[in-house]
Amino acid sequence: MLVAVVLVVIAVGTVVFHVVSPWWWTPIASNWHIIDDATLVTFWITGVAYVAVILFMAYCAVRFRYRKGRRAAYEPENKRLEWWLTGLTSLGVIGLLTPGLIVWNEFVTVPDDAAEFEVVGRQWQWSYRLPGKDGVLGASDPRLITGDNTFGLDPNDPRGQDDVLIEGDDLHLPIGRPLKVLMRSADVIHDFYVPHFRAKMDIIPGMVTYFWFTPTRTGTFDILCAELCGVGHHTMRGMVVVEADTDYQEWLQGQSTFADLMARAAPGDAVKLAADEGRGDAAANGNTRSGSDRPSPINR
Amino acid sequence: MAYAEPAVVDHAPPAEVPEVELYHAKTWLTKYVFSQDAKVIAIQYSLTAIAIGLVALVLSWLMRLQLGFPATFSFIEPADYYQYVTMHGMIMVIYLLTALFLGGFGNYLIPLMVGARDMVFPYVNMLSYWIYLLAVLVLAASFFTPGGPSGAGWTLYPPQSILSGTPGQEWGIILMLVSLMLFIIGFTMGGLNYVVTVLQARARGMTLMRLPLTVWGIFVATILALLAFPALFVAVVMSLLDRTVGTSFFMPHIVEMGEQLPYGGGSPILFQHLFWFFGHPEVYIVALPAFGIVSDLISTHARRNIFGYRMMVWAIIAIGGLSFVVWAHHMYVSGMNPYFGFFFATSTLVIAIPTAIKLYNWVLTLWRGNIHFTVPMLFCIAFIVTFLNGGITGLFLGNVSVDVPLSDTMFVVAHFHMVMGVAPIFVIFAAIYHWYPLISGRMFNQALGLFHFWVTFIGAYLIFLPLHYLGFVGVPRRYFEIGETGFVPESAATLNEFITVVALIVGFAQVVFMANLAWSVFRGRVAGRNPWRAVTLEWQTAEVPPGHGNWGPTLPVVYRWAYAYSVPGVEDDFVPQNLPPSQVKAADPSARAAE
Repeated sequence: MLVAVVLVVIAVGTVVFHVVSPWWWTPIASNWHIIDDATLVTFWITGVAYVAVILFMAYCAVRFRYRKGRRAAYEPENKRLEWWLTGLTSLGVIGLLTPGLIVWNEFVTVPDDAAEFEVVGRQWQWSYRLPGKDGVLGASDPRLITGDNTFGLDPNDPRGQDDVLIEGDDLHLPIGRPLKVLMRSADVIHDFYVPHFRAKMDIIPGMVTYFWFTPTRTGTFDILCAELCGVGHHTMRGMVVVEADTDYQEWLQGQSTFADLMARAAPGDAVKLAADEGRGDAAANGNTRSGSDRPSPINR
Repeated sequence: MAYAEPAVVDHAPPAEVPEVELYHAKTWLTKYVFSQDAKVIAIQYSLTAIAIGLVALVLSWLMRLQLGFPATFSFIEPADYYQYVTMHGMIMVIYLLTALFLGGFGNYLIPLMVGARDMVFPYVNMLSYWIYLLAVLVLAASFFTPGGPSGAGWTLYPPQSILSGTPGQEWGIILMLVSLMLFIIGFTMGGLNYVVTVLQARARGMTLMRLPLTVWGIFVATILALLAFPALFVAVVMSLLDRTVGTSFFMPHIVEMGEQLPYGGGSPILFQHLFWFFGHPEVYIVALPAFGIVSDLISTHARRNIFGYRMMVWAIIAIGGLSFVVWAHHMYVSGMNPYFGFFFATSTLVIAIPTAIKLYNWVLTLWRGNIHFTVPMLFCIAFIVTFLNGGITGLFLGNVSVDVPLSDTMFVVAHFHMVMGVAPIFVIFAAIYHWYPLISGRMFNQALGLFHFWVTFIGAYLIFLPLHYLGFVGVPRRYFEIGETGFVPESAATLNEFITVVALIVGFAQVVFMANLAWSVFRGRVAGRNPWRAVTLEWQTAEVPPGHGNWGPTLPVVYRWAYAYSVPGVEDDFVPQNLPPSQVKAADPSARAAE
């Protein structure tokens, strides 16, 4: 009897806890509502099964508890029942998998008009790179990383001169536009994770990984590393500020480009020239729209 | 009605191979220490596994102290915490669960349940244990090396596992990798024994479809292990070479703390594929023996045949096969080709179907049974609850897109503890209580057993159920402390304190469990023969506990399946597998009429 009572308490208590628990999704700030929806479908299908099985066990614990003189039924198989249960479970699995795969298809299909930006992870800090006016990120190679060129950008690649580099500061992103995050790591595996955005992806040294999302809410959100990256893993934090496009553009004007930084590090005429040019163009193009069909620059 | 039970026959087929003379120990040393008797080896394996498991238990308390009361214990530094995480995980998965289910229960139960005198290669079996012990000692030694044990997480993902930003980079990781190699070598020696014994040394009449599900579970799990561990072995060897001689199997070009390292060209993701090609079957290497054992225990204590035996056998085989094509569901957000997600999500959710069938059949065995709520039965019920819970959260994580927000959060920690920690350990408890009278010849203390059960069951549920919800909030796993954030509410800290307190209480209950076992060996009530009135062969030995060679002068002959409980028309509610049909007492017709 005690067993049955405890089982009922577990079934009911789990549902009650689920409903009243103060711990639930962090309010979403991206387009991935559909992930939350797929999760809710999963909750419903599996929750019903969970409660049904436990309550049935509770019933058995009362109805078929040991009594002297009673005999258990001898029934090695019941094909009908077994096939019914298999069929029902298969339906449940289809019910789970269908939304799951539909959403995944969405997740892996980056919109053509997504703007690209880059996240670089290293022990134990985040830095970010935004394409300059040309809308393209310059080439990079970890072999080029030095104390001055911490992103490992190719100084000979003109596309990289105007790239905006953010180090030791918050990342700003414009609201309402699909963004493709390209991710690089200098050392070990990291994972760019913003709980409010739902999406996350590991960052593997030696390759560029990516995912996409659209910020849908302004605000300041935590960036965490979600893949164990050494003793400072839990300190690898950052902040992302999602803001209106005008605010974003204003912020962007105040940031340094690769050319700026290189000029500051090793003043030389050629680099300085390139820097000034890049700065000027970025400012001039600040509020224009680029209508090309390649990935549009984030700071259009 | 279509019975799974083949027609009971009076004769059994003649033995196909003659008996082989056993090794007879002459000295105390060869009888109890360097023993070739599977039962002694089983106990050696079990005690070693439990001993190192206790280390892992203490590590879990330390982790919980840090999570529940951050910035309180000055002796827990971040490096210490990551070392606890790593050693706790590795010990529990490999050195406790795998060793206890296969080396412990496998050794004890396979020969007895199939009606053999011993394992077929007793000497190799002995070596298996001693190499396992060496592996445990090498692993434990890493606690005493400069820099301490590895803090790379039990998954040991390179590059961080061998770089200086990770604790234990000096010696810990090397000892960890060497220990794993030893473990795999030792396991292979035992594993070959288990498989060949099941295939070659069964008693006359013990067809494959009469084997108890315990044997089926251990048998298939061993095959999985023999096929999966080599993948880990190569990953470990390559990691060790990357660490010691500077090869770059898994190491791309790396700039560590601004310094260019002489690595290049390797693939960190390759390691993950190899690791999980082992790592996912590993889940079933632990789960399948648990499935088997729980089937037999539920059947025995509910006095009812296991429901759908043949379906159960095929489900074990199907799960074993499928478990090799789901590994990358651990890697949905690893940066691998995202299109893999479609395949691996599908294969992962398909595996839920045979698993669910097994669960229904356990519940349907209770249905229309005559359930004795013994301590083993209670732990079996607790297993069903926690396994169901953990299986369901597996459907969240297996379903690729749902996994994205939850991956690498506390939800994952809660999920795998429920499904792979709590549930199989409940089966271990059930199995220890169930076979304790056979192994020791005495009964455990019932009241202490009940205390242990209720505290452990309720406690474990209270620990791990709310932990899932911290994952929903977004609390990442493997965090020394979450610190200040804009998304974790204050109440989460209170919850963490609560979980820590419960974890310590549950930990204390395990002390009671061990005290009960230790005390009962000497003072327990003498159990006598077959106290649970079980059908399977291990309870039908000449002596209790079974002696050297298990069966006395003649080997048992098997006449029926392993689930002849409450057979209609028979007086007793069980008919041992080896009882000749001529000796089965028919029920008193007048008693049956009254029923």
